Amino acid sequence: MHEEPILHVRNLNKQFGKGCIHCFDKRERQLEKNYCPICGTVYACQDVSLDLFPGEILGIVGESGSGKSTMMQCLYFDAPVTSGEVYLNNAELTGQNIFDLSQQKKRYIRNHKYGMVYQNPVNGLKMNFSSIGNIAEKLIAAGNRNVSSMEATGKRLLEHVQIPLFRSKEEPRNFSGGMQQRVQIAKALSNNPPILFLDEVTTGLDLSVQANVLDLIKEIQRKWGISMIVVSHDLAVIRMLADRTMVMLNGAVIEEGLTDQILEDPQQAYTQRLVYSLL
Amino acid sequence: MTMLQVKDFGKRFTIHHLGKTRQAVEHIHFSLEQGGFLGIVGKSGSGKSTILKSIYRTYYPDTGNIIYDSAHYGLIDLTQATEREILYLRKHEIGYVSQFLDVMPRTTSRELVETAILEMGETEETAKLEAEKVLTHFELDQKLWDHYPNTFSGGEKLRLNIAMATVKKPRLLLLDEPTASLDQQSKMKVREMIEKLKASGTTLVGIFHDIEFMDGLCDHVFDMQISQVGLVKEGVMHES
Repeated sequence: MHEEPILHVRNLNKQFGKGCIHCFDKRERQLEKNYCPICGTVYACQDVSLDLFPGEILGIVGESGSGKSTMMQCLYFDAPVTSGEVYLNNAELTGQNIFDLSQQKKRYIRNHKYGMVYQNPVNGLKMNFSSIGNIAEKLIAAGNRNVSSMEATGKRLLEHVQIPLFRSKEEPRNFSGGMQQRVQIAKALSNNPPILFLDEVTTGLDLSVQANVLDLIKEIQRKWGISMIVVSHDLAVIRMLADRTMVMLNGAVIEEGLTDQILEDPQQAYTQRLVYSLL
Repeated sequence: MTMLQVKDFGKRFTIHHLGKTRQAVEHIHFSLEQGGFLGIVGKSGSGKSTILKSIYRTYYPDTGNIIYDSAHYGLIDLTQATEREILYLRKHEIGYVSQFLDVMPRTTSRELVETAILEMGETEETAKLEAEKVLTHFELDQKLWDHYPNTFSGGEKLRLNIAMATVKKPRLLLLDEPTASLDQQSKMKVREMIEKLKASGTTLVGIFHDIEFMDGLCDHVFDMQISQVGLVKEGVMHES
C-alpha cells in the first residue's frame, strides 16, 4: 500500500538577514543557536521537511525560538520563505511547488485548503467584528455570497464550538480567552479545509479551558478526518493529540517518530532533556 | 505459518546527560507460529518488556530484525516499517496491553471501547453492541460504563484495558503483565478471554509474573536468563 501525503514539505528554509560568507554555506556555517555570530543572520527554519497524511495529527514540539511558529507562518503564507518546496495532493496543483504560485493562487489555497488557528486570537480574528461576522468573512473569502446560508453555517459552527447563539452577534473582544479560541477554531473550519494548522492554541489558557479546546480538536479530527499540524511546546498536548511527532531545535528537525516512542525512548540529547523535564 | 520471527534482536539505550549506554537485551532469537502463545520469563530488569515494547515500536529499533506476517502488508520487518505502517498495524492487527491504562482523558469507558471498534472500520451500531458485550464479559459494573476511568480501581482499569485490546480481535497481541494486580476472579476472566482469542487464531506473546497463570496457556516459554548467553530454551511449559 502506498499512501500519498496530503501535504509534502521539502527543505523549507527561512532566514532573517542577508547572511555573510561565514554562514552562506549550509555545511560550513557555525551558528550560535540559530544565528550567525558574525553577521547576526537568524536561520529560523533550516531544511525542514515533513509529510502530513490524510486524517492524521502531526505534532511539532520544541522550545521557544526553535522555529515552530515560523514554519507554520511560512506554510500558511503569512511570511515568505527563503527557499523550499511544498506540494499539495490536489488534482489542480499536481507537481506544482505552491511557494512558486502567484499571490492570487496562494490566496485561493489559503481560503479553500487551509485553516489556521493562532496562539493569539488577535491574529486570527477581527476583534471589532461580530463572531458570526468573523466566520462570514472567511466564507466570503472562500467565494460564498449567499447571506442566509452563511448565517446558517456560522450558527452551526458556533454551536459546535459551544458559543451560545445569543452571543453570536457579539464581538470576540468581549469574550474570555477560551471562547475567543473557540471562535477562532469555528472560523478556521468554516471553509471545510482539508488541512488545519494549530499554533500553540492552548497556551495561556487555564487547565479546564485547555481541556475543552483539546477535546474539540480531537472531536474535529474524529468526525471530519481533517489533517492537522499541531505546534506546541507542551508535551502533554502533543501526547494527547498527535500520532506522530517531530522535535525541533534551533530551526532544524532533530528527531521524529511515533509520539509514544518519542516520549518513552527519545534518541537525541535535547529530546531526552525535554521528556525528562516532563516527568 | 510463522507469524513472528525475532532475529538477533538487541536494544541499547543511550542516556546522553549521564554519558552512558545500557544494553538492555541482545542476541534474542525466537519465532512463533500463528495461534501460538509464547510466554517470556525472567527476573525483573532482564528485558522482558523491552522485547514487547520493541515489537510494538514504542522503543526505537536498534539491532536485528522483527519479521511479522501482516494480513495487509505481507511479511514486514517491524524494525524497518514506516511510522504510518506501524500506526496502521496498531489500529488493525497488533494489540498491546500493559498494567497501566493510558487513554484519552475525559472519555467514558464505553466511548473508549467503542472508539477501538470504530477504528477497525465497523459501524457505530456494531461498535455499540460489541462494546456492551465486552464490558459485560469483563464484568465491569454497568454503572461505570458512562464514567471516566480515572476514578476506577486498579482492577477495573485493567479489565477495561484488556477489553479495549481484545475487542479488536488482533492478529498479534502483546501482553505486558496485564494481570499484575488482579484478584483471582478477574484473572480467570482474562484467562477465558485469552483462551477465546487463541482459539480464534490470535498469536500471543506475554509476560506474566505468576507462573501459575501461564501454566497450560502458553505453548512455549522464552527464558531471558538462558537467552542472554545465546541459547533459547523452547519447550512445553509443564514439561520444563
